[in-house]
Amino acid sequence: MITLSILLQAAASMAVAKMGAAFGAGLAAIGAGIGIGKIGGSALESIARQPEASGDIRSNMIVAAALIEGAAFFAIIICLLAIVL
Amino acid sequence: MKNIHRFLLIFFFIASAVPAFASDEHDQHAHHDTHKKEKFEPGNFIMDHIADAYDWHILSYKDKHISVPLPVIVISEQSGFHMFMSSKFHHGHDAYKGFYIAQEGEFRGKVVEKINGHEVRPFDISMTKNVVALLISMIILLWVFISVAKAYTKRKGQAPKGMQSLMEPLILFVRDEIAKPAIGEKKYEKYMPFLLTIFFFIWLNNLMGLVPLIPGGANVTGNITITMVLALFTFIITTVNGNKNYWVHIFNTPGVPWWLKFPVPLMPLVELMGVFTKPFVLMVRLFANITAGHMIVLAFVSLIFIFGQISPMLGYGTSVISVLFVIFMDMLELLVALIQAYVFTLLSALYFGMATEEHH
Repeated sequence: MITLSILLQAAASMAVAKMGAAFGAGLAAIGAGIGIGKIGGSALESIARQPEASGDIRSNMIVAAALIEGAAFFAIIICLLAIVL
Repeated sequence: MKNIHRFLLIFFFIASAVPAFASDEHDQHAHHDTHKKEKFEPGNFIMDHIADAYDWHILSYKDKHISVPLPVIVISEQSGFHMFMSSKFHHGHDAYKGFYIAQEGEFRGKVVEKINGHEVRPFDISMTKNVVALLISMIILLWVFISVAKAYTKRKGQAPKGMQSLMEPLILFVRDEIAKPAIGEKKYEKYMPFLLTIFFFIWLNNLMGLVPLIPGGANVTGNITITMVLALFTFIITTVNGNKNYWVHIFNTPGVPWWLKFPVPLMPLVELMGVFTKPFVLMVRLFANITAGHMIVLAFVSLIFIFGQISPMLGYGTSVISVLFVIFMDMLELLVALIQAYVFTLLSALYFGMATEEHH
């Protein structure tokens, strides 16, 4: 009974929403970090294998990083909406 | 109220890439001069800088405010068409002919009027800060590119000179690295004007949003309606130019087993959702990147004042680290300005290429 009333209070005061939003933002940052880390790693490897192609590899790496950041920012915006709305 | 304005503008200057230690001490000093200690609200501070406004605030010095009032054009259900300068609001304090700027609630910061006791938004086509910034960047773009185009006709066959030589590598970059690989040698020319326009428009507006002095400092590409219009253009051009191959790929994707298309058309539904989500993601990506960058800079600056409220020495110490971080973030934002313009243009070109691809 006490737990239920605590839960109801937390849900009504938007505390749960804020905590959920903070968690979501953290997870989005982890996801972006892992994704861009993998891209950076494989880009460095391929530059090491073929230094002449480093210009091409660099532009492809930046494009892929921007796309992944787009997805991460999506999650951040939803988290912000969860706090504000 | 006036103290907050003073603080806002001094933060505005600190948030630029110039280390402003002198003005830092000035505003701490001013903080002590006032006898009312107004609580610093970081949330409102950040949102006020990112959102649109009815006047262009330039400077606040002690008790003098310098801001450029902009026209407010509203059409009310009750009283019809009104056009007046936003100076009539006296920085949000007074009402004028029934219109006033709501200080809180869902219409915070926007012009509202009270009809039957409810706060209601009239049809608002004011020239706000973003509209004026758009017009200024439009004038800059037109001026630069019309002069480059005239230079090409006047100096036919000669080496490029001046603004031409600055723009030529950029234009060739868009043509050779973005348009030709994505759309193909035969069809890319039709889309070049649009691709060039969005590339330079997004890049210029991103850069202008980073400069805190007028005419920069308006968060244009961080306004979701502006990015929505850009993505809408991409969507319309893709849909209108989609050839038979494109629509077959969406509704009858080759290589997919028949039971995914009939009786329950799963694959066509997924592909159709893709048609709408791709421009939507374009819009959100640009908006989120630019707004997030501005928010981070503003958050670092607000950190100074949050700590400054605890103790002035803590504020001084935080300001050193904060300003260094702000400089670093601003450098990163310069890079992001170019990358976001590049990615928007590249993805638009890819969508055009997919829409006009021939069967192979």
